[in-house]
Amino acid sequence: MAYTEEELKKELETKEYEYGFYTDIESDTFPKGLNEEIVIAISKKKEEPEWMTSWRLEAFRVWKEMIEPEWANINYKKPDFQNISYYSAPNKKPKYDSLDEVDPELLDTFKKLGISLDEQKKLAGVAVDIVMDSVSVATTFKKTLAEKGIIFCSISEAIKEHPELVKKHLGTVVPQKDNFYAALNSAVFSDGSFCYIPKGVRCPMELSTYFRINQAGTGQFERTLVVADKGSYVSYLEGCTAPSRDENQLHAAVVELIALDNAEIKYSTVQNWFPGDKEGKGGVYNFVTKRGLCEKNAKISWTQVETGSAITWKYPSCILKGDNSIGEFYSIAVTNNFQQADTGTKMIHLGKNTKSTIISKGISAGKSQNSYRGLVQVNSRAKNARNFSQCDSLLMGNDCGAHTFPYIEVKNKTAQIEHEATTSKIGEDQIFYCNQRGIETEKAIALIVNGFSKEVLNKLPMEFAVEAQKLLEISLEGSVG
Amino acid sequence: MLKVNNLHAGVEGNEILNGINLEINPGEVHAIMGPNGSGKSTLASVIAGKEEFEITQGSIEFDGEDLEETSPEERAHKGIFLSFQYPVEIPGVSVTNFMKTAINESRKARGLEDMPANQMLKLIREKSELLEIDRKFLSRSLNEGFSGGEKKRNEIFQMAMLEPKLAILDETDSGLDIDALRIVANGVNKLRSKDNAILVITHYQRLLEYIVPDFVHVLHEGKIVKSGTKELALELEEKGYDWLKNESVV
Repeated sequence: MAYTEEELKKELETKEYEYGFYTDIESDTFPKGLNEEIVIAISKKKEEPEWMTSWRLEAFRVWKEMIEPEWANINYKKPDFQNISYYSAPNKKPKYDSLDEVDPELLDTFKKLGISLDEQKKLAGVAVDIVMDSVSVATTFKKTLAEKGIIFCSISEAIKEHPELVKKHLGTVVPQKDNFYAALNSAVFSDGSFCYIPKGVRCPMELSTYFRINQAGTGQFERTLVVADKGSYVSYLEGCTAPSRDENQLHAAVVELIALDNAEIKYSTVQNWFPGDKEGKGGVYNFVTKRGLCEKNAKISWTQVETGSAITWKYPSCILKGDNSIGEFYSIAVTNNFQQADTGTKMIHLGKNTKSTIISKGISAGKSQNSYRGLVQVNSRAKNARNFSQCDSLLMGNDCGAHTFPYIEVKNKTAQIEHEATTSKIGEDQIFYCNQRGIETEKAIALIVNGFSKEVLNKLPMEFAVEAQKLLEISLEGSVG
Repeated sequence: MLKVNNLHAGVEGNEILNGINLEINPGEVHAIMGPNGSGKSTLASVIAGKEEFEITQGSIEFDGEDLEETSPEERAHKGIFLSFQYPVEIPGVSVTNFMKTAINESRKARGLEDMPANQMLKLIREKSELLEIDRKFLSRSLNEGFSGGEKKRNEIFQMAMLEPKLAILDETDSGLDIDALRIVANGVNKLRSKDNAILVITHYQRLLEYIVPDFVHVLHEGKIVKSGTKELALELEEKGYDWLKNESVV
């Protein structure tokens, strides 16, 4: 195999670290701090090929020079990046063929979280790839998928088993140097999911992954890559739950979607990371970069229900590169107590006749702050681009805030852009009306909130919608005194 | 069934009700009439348990139980229903979903399971036919974009679904044209039985031509100044409220 000089140099660098500075770390949790050795150690721990190690190092070097962004409408104490452990794995690492082999304690935790694997398996058409503290411990339904040529596995496995696919697509939508958190993720991502749908294949089931943070003090850096080849279709569900924690935990995920010609990807998220307690103590810092690329006639839909995290910084976006491509963003963001969310989307219209729809529902309660930030950009050659945006805010009480920051940049005069925004407040009259019909206040709020969010909830796959509805209820518990 | 004893109530120290006495028995229909600002709607809200009103004196008893410590939803569970003068809108929540939630919450309070879907459907069909309600109407968001008549008809539909012991109709006739009024009144009449009671609050005699009361009370400045039978309503219509205002001064 002929090396380019560049590759050779990188390999030598890697080798140097391998023999010079690298210390093998036995423990399953790495020491706190981040430097090149840690990056290499992560890569080694995951038995990655050298190109991957170099890719990570490249990202790390870029990240070192970057400054944490401050433009979002959020206030928080910046994490000390040298005081975080960048890798942690459950004690028992082997992969299992069946649930019976899985650590019963782990299964028990999932049951407590209401995620019964048994049920999951039975739920028609849902394959579950669980990421528990960074390492996949169970993958089901793989066989059925394999028959169709669909690849659905952890990203670590994909790097080993399908390097050509990963190499070709990783970082093409969200480059390493895209932003501070994406660069960090690129350097230290621990695991995540990979999905490839071959040409013309319609994925027969909803693919889903449950993420959760377990060990205190470890950040989670998930990396997800979904590639839908020409004319294929996939619906991907991502759900997050996290148990209570005192410390702030950093979460910086990257999700890249690639929809080739005539392909469609539906990506649904229910995010319920620990939001901190009533006094605003603890909670997850969630800095996520999610972006999809649409080729000709392709379609990407993002649907998200965001109820968790102390800080949310997240803008699932679509690059509508191909002509006639479609981007959609449906979002419900709930903030309560001291939560802060700055979330929205970017729709970048590059191709002709591209269309995008944005429906954002923000619900603020307690002393929380909820911001919608969205960009609709129409490029000079994007003839006949169309966008419709609707941003609705619902306020509960007098101490919370709702903010809307819409950015519209249009460079082609054939574009049609519509933007609607409303702000309303749950009124005492509405609550009394419900009370009078025998519906207690908490239930009344849930009902009103569900009604407000209906347009987005309807976009979720059935079983997910039910879960999301429950989540909205739980998130707003105690929000009216 | 309902016993209101020397009830004084108001908002932020402003007394609106000044010693109301009222007793309603099962099977009876009572009407409360009175000029604007006499405290009619306040009385309805206080019986339903709206928290912004403070009871300073007196009591409300329902089925022999003092309601003072009872929340609005508990009163609803006990069988008190208020048809609102201005029903609120709840966007995105269909009439059906709202009713399903209300019925199941009441059942839960009585230790019952959720009503099975087919039974719920049957009930909805039955009651919507009774009130001549188009089924499409039931899938619309609660009161959102409803005409005045639709809102009131929706209130009576909810009353039919919940089958309360005591229904308070607060200005149900306001905003209704004569056809809508007849439909609503017919609906109410069909729901009358020897076990339930109705308290009709109205400004005009018109509604009482359709829902014929057993007793009529005239409210003035937070007090019932005169009680009588349905003829009193006609007399009021003829002579106007000033007649009683003058009388009460005497």
